[in-house]
Amino acid sequence: MSDSQAAVPHHDGLHNPALLHHFATEEQQRDSASFGMWIFLATEVMFFGGLFCAYLIYRRWYFGDFAAASKSINAALGATNTAVLICSSLTVVLAIWAAQTARRGLMILMLVLTMLFGVAFLGIKGIEYKDKFEEHHVPGVSFSFDHQQIPGHPDQYANPQHAQIFFALYFIMTGLHALHMVVGLGIFTWLLWMAWKGRFTPHYHTPLEIGGLYWHFVDIVWIYLFPLLYLIDRHP
Amino acid sequence: MSNHSKSSPLTSYFAVWGALLLGTFLTYEAALIDLGRFNAAVALTIATTKALLVALFFMHLKGASEKLLKLVVASTIFFLILLLALSMFDYGTRSFS
Amino acid sequence: MATATVPSVERENYLNKHYGVESWLLTTDHKRIALLYLISITFFFFIGGFFALLIRLELLTPASDLVQADTYNKLFTMHGQVMVFFFLIPSIPAVLGNFLIPLMIGAKDLAFPRVNLLSWYLYIIGGIMMVHCMLTGGVDTGWTFYTPFSTAFSNTKVIEAGLAIFVAGFSSILTGLNFVVTIHRMRAPGLTWSRLPLFVWAHYATSIIQILGTPVVAITLVLVVAERSLHLGIFDPKLGGDPLLFQHLFWFYSHPAVYIMILPSMGVVTEIIACFSRKRIFGYSFVALSSIAIAVFGFLVWAHHMFVAGISVYAALIFSLLSYSVAVPSAVKVFNWTATLYKGSIRYDAPMLYAFGFLGLFTMGGLTGLFLAALGVDVHVTDTYFVIAHFHYIMVGGALMGYLGGMHFWWPKISGKLYPEGWARLAALIVFIGFNLTFFPQFILGYLGMPRRYADYSHMPEFQILNVFSTAGSTVLGVGYLLPMIYFLWSMRYGKPAPDNPWNAAGLEWKTPSPPTTYNFEEEPVVTWEAYNYDEIDKGHKEEVHVVG
Repeated sequence: MSDSQAAVPHHDGLHNPALLHHFATEEQQRDSASFGMWIFLATEVMFFGGLFCAYLIYRRWYFGDFAAASKSINAALGATNTAVLICSSLTVVLAIWAAQTARRGLMILMLVLTMLFGVAFLGIKGIEYKDKFEEHHVPGVSFSFDHQQIPGHPDQYANPQHAQIFFALYFIMTGLHALHMVVGLGIFTWLLWMAWKGRFTPHYHTPLEIGGLYWHFVDIVWIYLFPLLYLIDRHP
Repeated sequence: MSNHSKSSPLTSYFAVWGALLLGTFLTYEAALIDLGRFNAAVALTIATTKALLVALFFMHLKGASEKLLKLVVASTIFFLILLLALSMFDYGTRSFS
Repeated sequence: MATATVPSVERENYLNKHYGVESWLLTTDHKRIALLYLISITFFFFIGGFFALLIRLELLTPASDLVQADTYNKLFTMHGQVMVFFFLIPSIPAVLGNFLIPLMIGAKDLAFPRVNLLSWYLYIIGGIMMVHCMLTGGVDTGWTFYTPFSTAFSNTKVIEAGLAIFVAGFSSILTGLNFVVTIHRMRAPGLTWSRLPLFVWAHYATSIIQILGTPVVAITLVLVVAERSLHLGIFDPKLGGDPLLFQHLFWFYSHPAVYIMILPSMGVVTEIIACFSRKRIFGYSFVALSSIAIAVFGFLVWAHHMFVAGISVYAALIFSLLSYSVAVPSAVKVFNWTATLYKGSIRYDAPMLYAFGFLGLFTMGGLTGLFLAALGVDVHVTDTYFVIAHFHYIMVGGALMGYLGGMHFWWPKISGKLYPEGWARLAALIVFIGFNLTFFPQFILGYLGMPRRYADYSHMPEFQILNVFSTAGSTVLGVGYLLPMIYFLWSMRYGKPAPDNPWNAAGLEWKTPSPPTTYNFEEEPVVTWEAYNYDEIDKGHKEEVHVVG
């Protein structure tokens, strides 16, 4: 992280070149960066919070229709994706640990693994979306959800309009989550490049920690999305 | 911030990883049992436990040297609940009037 | 410390250190970014003001003769959107806050200088989208984007306006994030929380709202855009959705957003009142904590915008009750300012005149807010000019008065030049008179039942006289706003050079040169005194010559 200002005061070689001019110490800089990321994550919580609010209200109103719509999604794929993300979170902390203990090779391996898990997640998500597309469950003009039984009420069909609200929320929530994954992959590409260049040392690996915080947060969002969207009312 | 001098945290990382996978499995299995209205409660309890595990151990909230980060997390959750609870209060009481 | 002599050779400072367009557009200096914001928000202020003038001209006569109803709908919509999202929200935080917070806490810059620049670019991208939207047809939904009109019926550029505000919202979020981290992490040694200027406390509270509120309106706008383009049914009752959900989500941000506008203004006024009555602020910790209380309580009251929209009676009761809670910290502030004035040696310079204006107008706006929080009265005056008058007393009478007061107070620091005091006092007076002439008649109009958002009131010609007053007032107000712009620009070239501390004010920002150098402080300051130690300052410098323009 170098500053674009031309007039950075000269440091006397003892300083980390990554220390920006306006910070007094490396510790101050590191604490600021991590604190800033936590606050950013707070904004993300509220960002998804609005969607959870909408979800909660319509789930109460249209429980049966939501259950029917939820049941049409492949929960095994969702569960697999949850496991994939959890594994990627593990590789992230292992990468940070490797940086702390000066194991550059391991760090690079873990970063690559994290990204592979991320790509796998998006691939599985793609299969899921493809299924929904073929079943005409994507909201819009070609949407159809006719003659779908409400779980627990074999004599009742779900109201397609209400199911459409579920699918709208499903696509917006998982879509935004997937978008966050794509951004995360971008961040990790950059981290991998920095790691490759040998920028991270046991003393300085703040970007890795910050990127890790973001990745874990995206994982946490999924931890809630999975039961809320895939498992509303699945029992036989 | 993570504490650099502490002994290898690998055990806890792998333990948390195992717990998270177990939680996922339990969520999936619990959804297949008819618990009535408690299905949602069980699912959310497991999800919250998993989220806490990630935050405390993977995001190092537990070892955070100061209370500030915990304050950020707590107040964010507070305002999120405020948003959900006060809106739900409107929806929940509409039928009474 | 007032230095009586001003060096004749210009010192190196943040303005003359680098030259060229690039040195401005790629700057990470918080002071330069503040000036970038100053220029951009002034531009939007005059666009919004232009719309306001057209609205007032149309209402001069009962018939809709200047513009058609459709055009009128667009005018008030874009007036609101431009003024709220592109002027008021960034006004004090992004200009004065950006400039002053690092100076006030003894830091070289904000914690994330490049994020600061990014947030200006986001603002500009949002602004360009908004301007493009206005030039190619505009929006007519009202600034609130109420569904299902905005998603299913309006034939105007809702999507583009929504996205413009979405992008500008992230600019606001990043500013708030930067402030919170800066205030926590970058304070000079000795500058404890209880020694912080109350301006900084106010911005801290503002940032909390920006961080926690803005994302909710952002996602709401995403939903509006998705709903409008794909007809998902989330907000459309015809498809099973609930328009009130939109209002809940929208006001969860947009009510606290009022406090994004007013809290920084309160911070400015606190600084000015302490300085111009030469006293410590009465009840420092109460004023500080009331800022935080306003930010928190602000999140508990949003549904008072929806009393007649069909929310449950019980929710309405609770929200009405909670709405009163905001009055408590607001009143704490007003009483503490008044108590600070008591037995102070008050000077009536232009910033102080604005602060007095703020006190009166904010109190009126706040008290009429209590009328609106009361369920029964609200039913009577909802969607009338009473509401319009109320929130203009807060957002123009309060927020804008504070902004102008702050601009005058810190102009010597920002530009290194003194503005012409006589003109400034005159402008403050004109703004105050023009404001009351414009908006006080609207209280009466609203009470009598004139609805907002109508171009035509020919069925009620008796409303015309009050509308004529209001329109006349708006021209006076317009002159009052043009004047500072003219003499500020004039002073940059012809104004007398400002000493480092022309007001003999407390606060670290006055210990820097005027204008400050790029890195603000030669060496890290160490704070050993309490905020607003005016008794000590005046004791120590009685014999010094006081230089004021």
